[in-house]
Amino acid sequence: MTAADSVAPLDLLRTMRLIREAELRLAQLFADGEVPGFIHLSVGQEGVAAGVCAALGPADTLASNHRGHGHALAKGLDLERFFLEIMGKAEGMCKGRGGSMHVADAAVGMLGANGIVGAGLPIAVGSALAHQVKKSGAVAAVFFGDGALAEGVMHESFNLASIWRLPVLFVCENNGWSEFSPTARQLAATPTALAESHKIIARSIDGNDVIAVHDAARALVSEIRSAGGPRFLECRTTRVRGHFEGDPQKYRDAVDAARSEDDPIGRLERRLAADGVPAADIKSAERDAIARVDAAVARARAGAAPTFDAALRDVYANTEARP
Amino acid sequence: MSEVRFGQAINRALADAMAADESVVLFGEDVAAPGGPFGVTRGLLDRFGAERVRDTPISEAAIVGAAVGAAMSGLKPVVEIMFMDFVTLSMDALVNQAAKARFMFGGQYALPMVVRLPHGGGINAGPQHSQCLEAWLAHVPGLKVVCPATVADAYALTRAAIADPDPVIVVENKSLYAVKGELPESMPNVTIGKADIARPGRDATIVTYGAMRDVSLAAASALAKDGIEAEVVDLRSLQPWDETAVLASLARTHRLVIAHEAVEAFGIGAEIAARMADIGFDELDGPIVRVGAPFMPVPFAKELEARYRPDATRIADAVRRTLA
Ligand SMILES: Cc1ncc(C[n+]2csc(CCOP(=O)(O)OP(=O)(O)O)c2C)c(N)n1
Ligand SMILES: [Mg+2]
Repeated sequence: MTAADSVAPLDLLRTMRLIREAELRLAQLFADGEVPGFIHLSVGQEGVAAGVCAALGPADTLASNHRGHGHALAKGLDLERFFLEIMGKAEGMCKGRGGSMHVADAAVGMLGANGIVGAGLPIAVGSALAHQVKKSGAVAAVFFGDGALAEGVMHESFNLASIWRLPVLFVCENNGWSEFSPTARQLAATPTALAESHKIIARSIDGNDVIAVHDAARALVSEIRSAGGPRFLECRTTRVRGHFEGDPQKYRDAVDAARSEDDPIGRLERRLAADGVPAADIKSAERDAIARVDAAVARARAGAAPTFDAALRDVYANTEARP
Repeated sequence: MSEVRFGQAINRALADAMAADESVVLFGEDVAAPGGPFGVTRGLLDRFGAERVRDTPISEAAIVGAAVGAAMSGLKPVVEIMFMDFVTLSMDALVNQAAKARFMFGGQYALPMVVRLPHGGGINAGPQHSQCLEAWLAHVPGLKVVCPATVADAYALTRAAIADPDPVIVVENKSLYAVKGELPESMPNVTIGKADIARPGRDATIVTYGAMRDVSLAAASALAKDGIEAEVVDLRSLQPWDETAVLASLARTHRLVIAHEAVEAFGIGAEIAARMADIGFDELDGPIVRVGAPFMPVPFAKELEARYRPDATRIADAVRRTLA
C-alpha cells in the first residue's frame, strides 16, 4: 500500500479553524457557567490533531487523552453532539455521562478521550491487536502528552507493540508542560529516545507546522501499513492556555503563552497567502467554522438534560437498574 | 458425561468458545507455549495458532489495557493474570477503563472481555500469591464477577463470561484446579447471576462460593450428624449476586451464615449480610454470622495458613451460633 493521498492544505486549515473556534467557544461557555466540570483546551496545538487525523482513514482507530477535543473533531466527531455532550445534554455523544474528558464516537473509530494520563496507550495497542488479528489493514493511533511518557504503562505499551509488531502510531504532543511542571523536570530521556529504546522507529517534528505533521504522519502510517510494526511521532508544540480553563498560570511567564508567530493557524494562513491562495478562501475557513459552531451551540443549548434512570440502566448491557 | 479436572473444564470451555467464534483471542503471561502457569491453557496454541493465543511480556497493565482496546475494536479477548494478587497492577484498565466504557461513552461501546484471575490459598504461596480480592472488583459498577466452585460450573461460567457483552472477571480458586468432577456432554447455558442450591436443608442457610462450597458441604454433613440440616447456597456469581435465591433460602431456614475464604471485614459477606438484614429482616430468627479469613495477610507456613483459611469446623460453629 502507498501513502494515503495528501489532504489539501486548505482542508487542514478548515479542520484547525473548526477546533480553534469550537474551543474558544467552549472557553466562553465555561466562563459563563454553561459548561460544567473542567476543560483542557488545545489552543496552539491544532496542527497536531489536524495533521495526524488527516492521515488516518475511517477504519483506523484513535485513542486520546484529557486534551482531546481537537483529536475528536479532527477524526470526524459530529460537532453538534460534541457540544451537546460537553454541555451535559441527553443527546450528547455520550448521553451526558462523560463530558469533555470522555468524548468518543464509535462510528468514526474514536475510542475516547481519557481522564487518566497514559491510559490511551495500551487501549490503542489492544485496538491495533484487533486490526492485526482481523487482518483489516487498519492502524490504531494514540495521542498523549509528554507527561504521559513518565507513566509505567508507556513502557509496557511500547514494548508490547514492538515485540508483536502491532500497527500503532504513537503520537506524543510535547507541549513542554505536564500540568504546572515543565517537561525537563519530568523526563530523564527525550521522547524519541524512549521510543527508540523499544526499537520503535521515531521521528520528532515541529508540531506547529501542520503540513510537516501531515506529511510525517502520512509517511509513518504508510510504513506501518506496508512494513508493519509501530511508529512514534513526537510533535513539538505549544500549550497556549493554562493546563485547564481558569488556571492562573503563576508557574510560567505570559510571554510563553503568546508566541503568536508559532501559531499553527497563522503559519498556514501566511503560507497559503504566499502560495497565491485567494484571501477569500482563507477567510472562509474561519467564517465557516464560526457559523458551524454558532449553529451547534444553539442546538446544544436547546438540548434536554439527561434522565437519571436511563443512565442507571446503562451500566451493563441488557440489564435493568439495580441497587 | 465425563470426569475431568476443574482446570481441564476451563480449558475445554476456552477451546469450545474459540472454535465457535473467531473473535475470541487469548493472551497472558505464559499462557501460549507453556500452557499456562496452572496448565489451564495447555494445547490451545497448537489448536488455534499464534495469532489468537499469545504469550505476553510481564505487563499486567498493558495486558488488561490492551484487552479493553481489543474489545472496543471487535475482538473478544480472554486474558489471564497469573495470580489475582497481580491484578493490583491492572487496576486502571479494569476500574477506570473497562468498567466505565459502556456507561461513560453513552452505550456506544460494548466490552466483551474476560479476565481470568486465580485466587486463594492452600498452596503455601504466601502473602503476595494467595489473596482473595474479589470484593474490590464486585464493588465497581460495570464489572461482573463470577467464581465457579464445581467442574460443571467452571465450564459453564467460563462460556457464559466469554459470551457476555460486558467485562467479566472469572475468579478461579487455585486449590480447585486439580479437583475432579463430572462434565456433562452437553452443558446447559448458565446465566450469570443465578445461584445453585448445593445442598437443601431446613434449619440454616450457608451462603458461599468458590472453594468454600465444598468446605460448607463438609460442615453441613457434620451438622447433619447432630440433626441440623443446613442448606448450602453456592452463589456462583458475585456481581450480580442472586439476592432472590438467598432471600428465598432465608425464608425457608430463618438463619444465615455467609462463608468465604476472603478476609471477613468489608467483604462479599458484609454486602450479603447488610442486604438480608434489610430485605430479609422479618425472616431472621438469629444473628447473621460471617465466616472469613482473619484481618491479616495470608501467611506462608503450613500451620499458619491452615489456621488462616476458614474450615468446616468454623462454618459449623457459625451455624450453631445462629441457632443458639
Ligand atoms: C494517572 C493520572 N495522573 C495524574 C493526572 C492529573 N493530570 C491531568 S493532565 C496532567 C498532565 C499531563 O501532561 P501531558 O501528558 O504532557 O498532557 P498535557 O496536559 O500537557 O496536554 C496531569 C498530571 C491524571 N489525570 N491521571
Ligand atoms: Mg504536556
